[in-house]
Amino acid sequence: MKIMGKASRSKVITYGFVIAAFVIVQLLKSSGNISSSLQGQLVPICAYVVMAISLNLTVGVLGELSLGHAGFMSVGAFTGVVACISLESIIPFTILRMTVSIIIGAFSAGVAGTLIGIPVLRLEGDYLAIVTLAFGEIIKNITNCLYVGVDKAGLHVNFLTDATSLNLSEGGRVIIDGPMGISGITKLSTFTMGFALIMVTLFIVLNLIDSRSGRAIMALRDNRIAAESVGIHVTKYKLMAFATSAALAGAAGTLYAMNYSTIIASKFGFNTSILILVFVVLGGLGNIRGSIIAATVLTILPEMLRQFNNYRMVIYAIVLILIMLATNDDNLKGFLSNLRNRLLPSNLRKGKKGAENG
Amino acid sequence: MTFLSFLISGLSLGSVYAIIALGYTMVYGIAKMLNFAHGDVIMVGAYVCFFATTRWDLPPTVGVLLAMVVCTVLGVLIERLAYKPLRSASSLAVIITAIGVSYFLQNAAQLLWTSNPKVFTSVVGNSLIKLFDGRLTISVIAIITITACIVIMAALTWFTGKTKMGKAMRACSEDKGAAQLMGIDVNFTISVTFAIGSALAAIAGVLLCSAYPTLMPTTGAMPGIKAFTAAVFGGIGSIPGAMIGGLLLGIIEIFGKGYISTQLSDAIVFAVLIITLLVKPAGLLGKQTTEKV
Repeated sequence: MKIMGKASRSKVITYGFVIAAFVIVQLLKSSGNISSSLQGQLVPICAYVVMAISLNLTVGVLGELSLGHAGFMSVGAFTGVVACISLESIIPFTILRMTVSIIIGAFSAGVAGTLIGIPVLRLEGDYLAIVTLAFGEIIKNITNCLYVGVDKAGLHVNFLTDATSLNLSEGGRVIIDGPMGISGITKLSTFTMGFALIMVTLFIVLNLIDSRSGRAIMALRDNRIAAESVGIHVTKYKLMAFATSAALAGAAGTLYAMNYSTIIASKFGFNTSILILVFVVLGGLGNIRGSIIAATVLTILPEMLRQFNNYRMVIYAIVLILIMLATNDDNLKGFLSNLRNRLLPSNLRKGKKGAENG
Repeated sequence: MTFLSFLISGLSLGSVYAIIALGYTMVYGIAKMLNFAHGDVIMVGAYVCFFATTRWDLPPTVGVLLAMVVCTVLGVLIERLAYKPLRSASSLAVIITAIGVSYFLQNAAQLLWTSNPKVFTSVVGNSLIKLFDGRLTISVIAIITITACIVIMAALTWFTGKTKMGKAMRACSEDKGAAQLMGIDVNFTISVTFAIGSALAAIAGVLLCSAYPTLMPTTGAMPGIKAFTAAVFGGIGSIPGAMIGGLLLGIIEIFGKGYISTQLSDAIVFAVLIITLLVKPAGLLGKQTTEKV
């Protein structure tokens, strides 16, 4: 009971932390204390936070390395924007249209996640990683060959041809133009929407972790064979975590895409997947609050380093390497755990472990 | 005839992938880590050769040798500074560090040599050989690439099978602790593995840019991912596996481009990889380990 209490307290802290951050940013915004470059980053930060939380579900909670998370973001971004543009006349109210688009984006990414997950989750370790990488690249490649247009008759989809062969009637509009992606998007994403999406994501992920299913997923991570032998359905729970993670990435994708006027498939490549993975690992595996902080700080960091101009990405890389060395070097790690052992009695440490997932 | 010319360009591209994949697979076999920075070492090698041959007017052989030396030093340095302290850390931490190194190399290259693409002049010129009354043309670089791949493969097989260092490498990849107890210097062996892998990367970089002459700081990234795929395809950790995986991947890519669709060739390559892994989860030549409870 004590551990449960701690877990829910940790949840409250996480929610409170996000709400406080939102309120502070809103206050700073209204008093005009935020630079315009940072203001432009607010929605991407929200999208990256959602991406990091959702990837943490796969990598930290389920314990499977995924290198293709941006692929699901791409699925969500493209279906979400297509939905938003084609629903323009049906739902004139923007917030509702945006919500519907995000749900459609999340749903299609979730379907993609399930379809990919069924075969892929049989593999393990590095092989699973490379297959998710492959799927990410395939999604990027296929989106590059996709042509979608809309007219009065509804959606027209073409593959591998070009935009003119869509045969759109008068007044029709090409939405996805192959490698050119989508252009002319009306920017509908706002910081408040991003905040709402983060809260929904947190609600879903934290409750999933703290449920019977969540404990089954974590049992699979800790020892698959033992979990299987006490009757935990491996495929079902792995798929549950993977599909949820994909769906949330899809929602983040829609939010992200609706913040720009153009969006192309190559934006969601291997590099973006890696970027999100860096957030998750630096934030701490399985630590949701860590993911939020890491995603925020590491998105702002290159902006802050702008004064170093050309050197900023080099500095970013060096900082990344140094952080990994500092947190993983044997000598340093041994020293820290020794210190913790001496300072904290063992029962307290156990309680702390349970709360770490909050 | 088109079939034959596709086959030859596929084999040539596949040879480059195979040479890069050898670096991946050797490092994975011994250090159990995915060295994401390997693709960027290729790029560094190509740049060194480019400057050696065009700016300093050195003969191509010297350029290649210089590239190999620089990459070897670079590889060993990276291993010493970034990977060695993480020898017992979680594999994820090592992957992120490797990604950090990869970012570093790409961005340092961008600083030093700008992101403007350089036109790489082939180390052997662009001469073509015409066969069957000109119906089949083969570039000399394709023949050299395939030959280089075969020579490297033979040399590595001999090296890992017969020499003392090679035996030490195999011992380390089997069981590091036991190898150490037998008096093998594990750290030195790992360094040698990185050195060989990086030298091979330099050769691959020169060969790659001789065939596809655009040289940019990101040149190595995609071939790196493809070669990594090739290594997994053939069974990561296995040297003949990397060779077969690389060649097959190159052939599939060129055939996919030629017969199906240029835009979808990457998707085809990765789809074949996925299907292969679903049927043979450890790759073509990988050892299937049985799980003991």
